[in-house]
This record gives sequence, C-alpha cells and structure tokens, in this order.
Amino acid sequence: MTGGTDHARYVAEFMRLGKGDVNRAGGKGAALGELTRAGAKVPPGCVVTTAAFDLAVDGSVRDQARRLASGDVDDTTALADAAARLRRRVESTPLPPPVREAILRHYRELDAGPVAVRSSATAEDGADASFAGLQDTYLWVRGEDAVCTAVRRCWASLYSAESLTYRGRRGLPEDGLSMAVVVQRMVEPKAAGVMFTRSPLTGDRSVIAVEGSWGLGSALVSGDVTPDSFVVNKVTGEVLNRSVPAKLRLHRMDPSGSGVLADDVPSELREVPCLSDDEIGELVRLGRAIERHFGCPQDIEWAITEAGEVFLLQSRPETVWAAREQPPVAVPKARAFDHVLDLLGGGA
Amino acid sequence: MDKAGAFPLPSQIGDVPGAENWRSMYPYFTRFQPEDDQRFWFYNSMHFPEPISAFDAITAEVPYTAIGANTARVFAFPTTLGIEHRIVNGRVYITANPVLDPDEIARRNEVFTERAGYYYANWDRLFGEWKDRITDLIEQIESIEVPTLPEFDDAEVVTRARGIAQNHYVRENYHRCIDLFSKMWHHHTEFLMLGYGAYVVFFEFCKQAFPEIPDQTVARMVAGIDVVMYRPDDELKRLAALAVEAGVDDLFVEGCDPAKVLDALGNRGEGGTRWLAALEEAKRPWFNVSTGDGFYHHHRSWNDDLTVPFAALPRYVELARKGELRSRPTEQLKRERERIAAEYRGLLASDEEKAAFDQMLGLCRVVFPYVEDHKFYCEHWFTTQFFDRIRDFGKLLCDQGVLDTAEDIFQLHHSEIDSALADVMLAWSSGGRPLGGDHFKPIVAQRKKMLEALRDWSPPPALGPVPEALNDPAVKMLWGITSETIEAWARADDDDAVSGYAAAPGVVEGVARVLMSVNDIGQVREGEILVCPVTAPSWGPVFGKIAAAVSDIGGTMSHAAIVAREYGMPAVVGTGNATKKIRTGQRVRVDGDRGVVTVLEDGAA
Repeated sequence: MTGGTDHARYVAEFMRLGKGDVNRAGGKGAALGELTRAGAKVPPGCVVTTAAFDLAVDGSVRDQARRLASGDVDDTTALADAAARLRRRVESTPLPPPVREAILRHYRELDAGPVAVRSSATAEDGADASFAGLQDTYLWVRGEDAVCTAVRRCWASLYSAESLTYRGRRGLPEDGLSMAVVVQRMVEPKAAGVMFTRSPLTGDRSVIAVEGSWGLGSALVSGDVTPDSFVVNKVTGEVLNRSVPAKLRLHRMDPSGSGVLADDVPSELREVPCLSDDEIGELVRLGRAIERHFGCPQDIEWAITEAGEVFLLQSRPETVWAAREQPPVAVPKARAFDHVLDLLGGGA
Repeated sequence: MDKAGAFPLPSQIGDVPGAENWRSMYPYFTRFQPEDDQRFWFYNSMHFPEPISAFDAITAEVPYTAIGANTARVFAFPTTLGIEHRIVNGRVYITANPVLDPDEIARRNEVFTERAGYYYANWDRLFGEWKDRITDLIEQIESIEVPTLPEFDDAEVVTRARGIAQNHYVRENYHRCIDLFSKMWHHHTEFLMLGYGAYVVFFEFCKQAFPEIPDQTVARMVAGIDVVMYRPDDELKRLAALAVEAGVDDLFVEGCDPAKVLDALGNRGEGGTRWLAALEEAKRPWFNVSTGDGFYHHHRSWNDDLTVPFAALPRYVELARKGELRSRPTEQLKRERERIAAEYRGLLASDEEKAAFDQMLGLCRVVFPYVEDHKFYCEHWFTTQFFDRIRDFGKLLCDQGVLDTAEDIFQLHHSEIDSALADVMLAWSSGGRPLGGDHFKPIVAQRKKMLEALRDWSPPPALGPVPEALNDPAVKMLWGITSETIEAWARADDDDAVSGYAAAPGVVEGVARVLMSVNDIGQVREGEILVCPVTAPSWGPVFGKIAAAVSDIGGTMSHAAIVAREYGMPAVVGTGNATKKIRTGQRVRVDGDRGVVTVLEDGAA
C-alpha cells in the first residue's frame, strides 16, 4: 500500500464523503460531507475514518468493553472504575503512525489553525441522537499534539461509563462498533444557532424557524440563554414572528486560545437581535436549498461570522413531525366545486 | 370573558340627547323588538361607519332584501337564511338567521347542490351574461330623466297622441330608480356567496395544510391582477404622466382647486386641450368611483367632485417629473402570484393534496373576477349614478318649493319622497301649490340636527348575548366575523392597545390620522398612520402617502389589507374600535406582525 492510499483510507476530506458513508465517516461526518457536496458553506475539514479507529483500538479493548457492557451495568462504582481505566488506555495509546501522519497532513492543510474535534458515531436508527450527549466534542483545539490527543479522547469517549451503560441496557453489540472523528476548522461566530425547515410548533412546512444567540451555538444548545427566535415564511420571505428576548450569556473562545468560556453579553447587545433581516434571509435561502437537496425537512446548525459569512455546521432530518402520520388535508373530488358544496352543505 | 355580559342588550341602548326622535327617520320594520334581546347582533361598521340619513336607509333595506333572497330562497343555502337588520341611533346592526335542524339542512342541501352546481359549472358564461345585464342596468339608470313640469306640456304629447302628461313620469321615473336599484342589488348578490364560498374552502384548506400561513398570503394566491378597481388609480397616473409630457404639470400643486386648474388648462393651448380631452376620456366610466362603498349619498364619485382625484395628482405629477411614477407592475405581480402558488403546492405532502389544491385554487380563480369586479359595476358606477338621479329629483322638489336644497331629499325616506312627489304631481295638475314645503322643511331641519348629534355616539361593536358558536357562513365570509373576532372585541375594551388581524407585516411608529370619511383624505400628511373605519378603492391614492393602515373592520379580503401588502406597509384590520380609541395626533405603533396597535403618547391637543 502506498502512503497516499493510506491517507485516503484513514482520513477523508468532507468533499469526498456523502450520506452513503455513515459506516466509514459516522453520522456527523457523512452529513458534513453531504452538506459540502450540496454546495453549502461548511467550515473545511476532514473525517478520521472508522478504519483508523479499527486500526488503533485493538481487540483486547473491545473484549474488555464487551465484558463490561454485558456484566452488571447497575454496579455503577465498579463499572465507572473499569471504564475509566479502559478510557485512559485508549487515550494514552499512541496513534498508529500512518493514522497520525494522515491526520497531521490534513491538519496542516487547514493551516494548522484552531479546529473542532468531534465524535461521529456510526450507530444508526436514531441512536445517533441519543449518543450525541455521551460522546466528546473538543472546540478550539490547537497544535498537532493537541489534535491527536483530542482524536484519541473522542475514541475513548466510546468507553465512558455512560456509553457502556447505554449500550449494555439496550443490548447494542460491541462487535463492529466503531467511531469516526470530525476535525474541522473553527469559525469564531458573531452569532450561532439552529433552524428547522418546518415549524417545530405546528409542523408547517411553509415556514422556517430560526433560533440564535450571540457567540457560539453551545450557549443555545446547553440552555444557557433564551435565544432570539424568528419564524419566516419560506415562500414570501416575510418574517411572520419575531421574538428578541434579553440574551444574558454567551459562549466564546477562551482568550488563552483553547477551550470555551461562558461570559456575560455586553449590555448594549443584550436586547439587539443577533441577526439582521438580510442575514435571516440568507439563512432561509440556505435552509431551503439544503432541504431541497436532502428531500425532507431539516434540523440545521449554523454560525455567522462578524463579516456576515454564514456557515452550516450540521444538518439532519427533522424527526418529530416526520414521525407523525398526517392524513391528507383534502383529496380531490369529482368536480372542483364539490369542495364548496360539501363545506356549505353543513356536513349533509 | 363573561360571555353573557360582554355586550349591552338592544333594549339597554338609550337615546342620544338631541336625537330623541331618531326613530322617525326609519321604517317601523327596522326597530329592535323586545324579543331581539335574545339574539346576538353586531354593528355593521364595514358598510355603515356613520349614522345613516333617512334616504340612505335604502342601502340597508335593499341589499338585505337581495342577499337574503339569494341565499335563503334562490340558492337555498343549507345552513343559513338571510340577514336581518335593525337601526338604532342611526347605526345598522345585523344578525343572520341560521338553519339548525339537520333534516331541514339536508332538505335544503338537495336544492342547493343542484342550483349552486349549475352556477359553478357554467360560471364563465353566466358571468359574461351578468356583465351585459349590469351594464344595461347602468345605462338605464344613467338615462332616467326627471320631468321638468313646464307651464304647458310638450307639444308631442298632442302631436303623437301620447295621452300621458309629464306629471305621470315624475313618479314613474322615480319608481324606476328605486326598482333599478333593487334589481342591481339582486344581481350584486347573485354570485356573491358562491364566490366567497369557493374562497373560504381554499382558505381553510391552506390554513390546515399550512397552519402558520398568513391570511394575506392565501389572498395573494387567489387575487386577480387585472382588477377593474385598480383602473381609476391607473388613470390618474396616466393623467399625471401626460401633464408632464404636455408641459402643464406646473398647475398641479398641493391644495390646488380643481375648478381653477381646469380653467387654467383651458387657457394653456394645445397641451391643456390634450390633457382635458384625456380627462374626459378617463371620466367615463373610470371616474364613477365612489369615495365610499356606495352606502352613503354623500360619498360622491370623482366625476361629481374632482377634489379627491386632484388631491392625488400633485404627488403623482411630482413622481412623474422624477421619472419615478410606476403603474402597477402587473407582469411581475402575476409571476409572483404564480410562484407563490407553485411553491405552496410543492410543499404539500401528497399528490392527492396537490390535486385537491389545484381544484380549489382553480375554482377560486374562475370565480374571482366576479368577486373583485362586481364592486366597480355595482357599488361605484351604478350607485353613484343612482344617487345622482335621486339628487335630480331633489332638485325638482327644491324647484317646487318642497325642499330648500336638492341635497335635502336625502333626509327623506324613499316612501316619504313618494308622498312628496305625489303632492307635486297633484299641485302641477291642479294649478295649486305643493303643501310639502310646510310639511317637510321642518322635518329635514330636525333630521340634520339629529344626524349631527348621532355622529358623536359610540356604537358598541355588538349587542345581546354572545352565542356559543358563531359559524354562519354569510357572516364569516362577508364580514370575517367569528367567535374569535367577537372575543377580541370584548377584550379590546379593557386594554390600551387595539388588536385586530395582522393584515400586512412590519412594525412602524408614527402620528395617527383618524379619518371617518374618504372625503377628508386631503388632511393626510406624508408618513402618517391612517386610522379609519374601513377602506375602499377610492382610498387608493392615500396609500402612497401613509406609513401604515389601521381599520375598524376588515379581514382577509379587505381592501386595506391587500393594498397595504402591495405597498409593503404594515396594516392591522378588523380592530373593531380603532377609530374610537385612537385620536389624530397621537403617536402610535402599528405592529403588522402581531396585529396590535399601541398608543405610545398623546400628541399636542
């Protein structure tokens, strides 16, 4: 095998990935690949593939994980101790040289700047969402060693006590379990948030609900802040509903250059909407394009820079309303005017 | 909300000081009866925002005669009969008679299905024939002459052996006016409920499929683009452009007197002559646009009073000079309408829904030319001509010493005019003196005073107990009044803010200008917020000046909502009482996203 093939095997750029690559790139990695291919502006990055994980994490780790998950998961103290040891082992095992080389080569292509390192699990059927809170994400990671450490930590988070318990309780097999890791250039957002390309309240597909607050999106996701919220008509672009509450907290990069810090929002910005109407319009345009690309309503994470550049950080199918079977509102009738006759007929 | 006590009972309404004799102006069948306390009535401020004179009561009597006949007797709508009206302190309250018995509904439905189905299936042909009938009625009302009653009758009565003297035609021609008015209203309501019915079906479909779709977006998918009601305003723009081109634009300045401008144009050589010729061409029929909705005699047409069009011209002329005068971009509006409809269609979940959407929208677009255009033919063109003919009879009564001015005829009920004309016919034939002067002049004087006194009365938006459910299709379709509207009215009374329908989006602050009548639109200053009972197409020109619009009455289909959307300004309609709660000069915030108007501070008194 040549070095180039090894690189492609262990690390893949977003552009080379699509929604069919969940096994190789995990759910998040595949979605970012698909988003990039769809033409969305996604902060550039790559995915450390499951092949890298499979090479790096040896059989004995898996064996031990299997024993732990199938043992008494309710004995929390014992499990926590064993899991912590297992985690440390994965974290401290040096990366196999071809994997390290491939990661660093791509990291240098990202100008070796600050990156986000995020776990991207392969588990399907909605478990991804449940896993989300269990696996690690590291923001503002800088430096070659720090990136490699963060990748190992992401892998290791697969063996946290919570993850093991989760799999054990649900009987999810340890065999074939693998994890990809996203390494993506950080953007420092002026504001960030989420948008649903249908109404979260009514399921209405003709509106887009945008929520956002100052700084990193983590403030909103963690519930640290009541976000601004805008309901926009997809078809006419009109903002149908606008709520701009006082936003007191924000998350931003630690001035030391790595990690995230929670801070107070400067008083003059608290009651100012975090998005201008033009920016809302741009988000809606992007949301519609992504929804069209995926063919169903989406749940999207976005960030916008001081310069007004909009990035999409994630997109996944909306699941709440999609799960509700709706009978058709109306079906065609023999003659168009039969609709009126029926309505005015008083149900006769 | 305490439903039972939300609104006063009809019997609890007291007389207004100085107008205690108001009942003498209206027929006995328009009085509230004791049993009317049991029913729910609402003030029809959409059509009757001011107290009505004795003659103008005909604009309640005849339309309700016609619409009731069409819904209850002609098409046999299954769940609703006609609309009853009562007048109190000069204001018109109405209620619809529902059909509640399921067997009766089913029986009516059989008749209805056949008859309404016939109209829907043949709509284009029937509407084409309707236009011929209505323009024929217009020609008839325009051609009615009022006999002059000379000392000796025309020689032709003898040479052609007509055998009938002029005085006979006094009453015959007057009756023809009333009869044509009645016929016009029958035609007016002939297609009306069927047209709105198609719209309501589509509207409710959209609201179910897209729960957050704004009312006005539904309207935008349906609305026609080549609507005749836009023509008068378009004609003004054309005249403004011509004024610049012909070099007579300097004559059109803010506050100019139409008579003086016309005079000056006559002396401006070829340019002036060309402009005057173009004006004459535009006047028939396009200046037959009432300054109201055709329900008050004093809402004159542009033809009768050029003040309104001439108040709009200076602004249009200025825009024309700067090359910024644009007519409605109909092609663009059409494309936008099609785009919106196609996108909503595309968002529907299934092919079945798409097919149903196509049927409903398709039917709406078939019926809408009638819904939009009938107003110009009926309320504007016909009605302004009708009032002018009655005015001609007023002049006759004035010449005969029965009235002081022609305009006073509108202080008499149409049945009283019958008497007055009989008096004149008799007097002319006998060589005697009409006795009407002694009889009617004091009555007219008293009624004028009473109308003044009634003007200051604030009518409650509704009377009587609120019913459990208010779902009469007629009331819902024509007035946009539902249980929710009524609750909003009741709520609005306890609150500083005025709430209504969010009719056009955006938030604007500005100085309020409360106008009860379009005749006062000259008072509106650039950037003010218009607060009015209801707007009609003749208010069109004012939308170029204002920053937002607020109205007491109106819903999805209201003129203010549609025009505000086109101009991109916020509007809140159907507030019930904005003209009562807001005063000219107050600073207000109009929130067209939420449908709320807030008084921020009092202006200088």
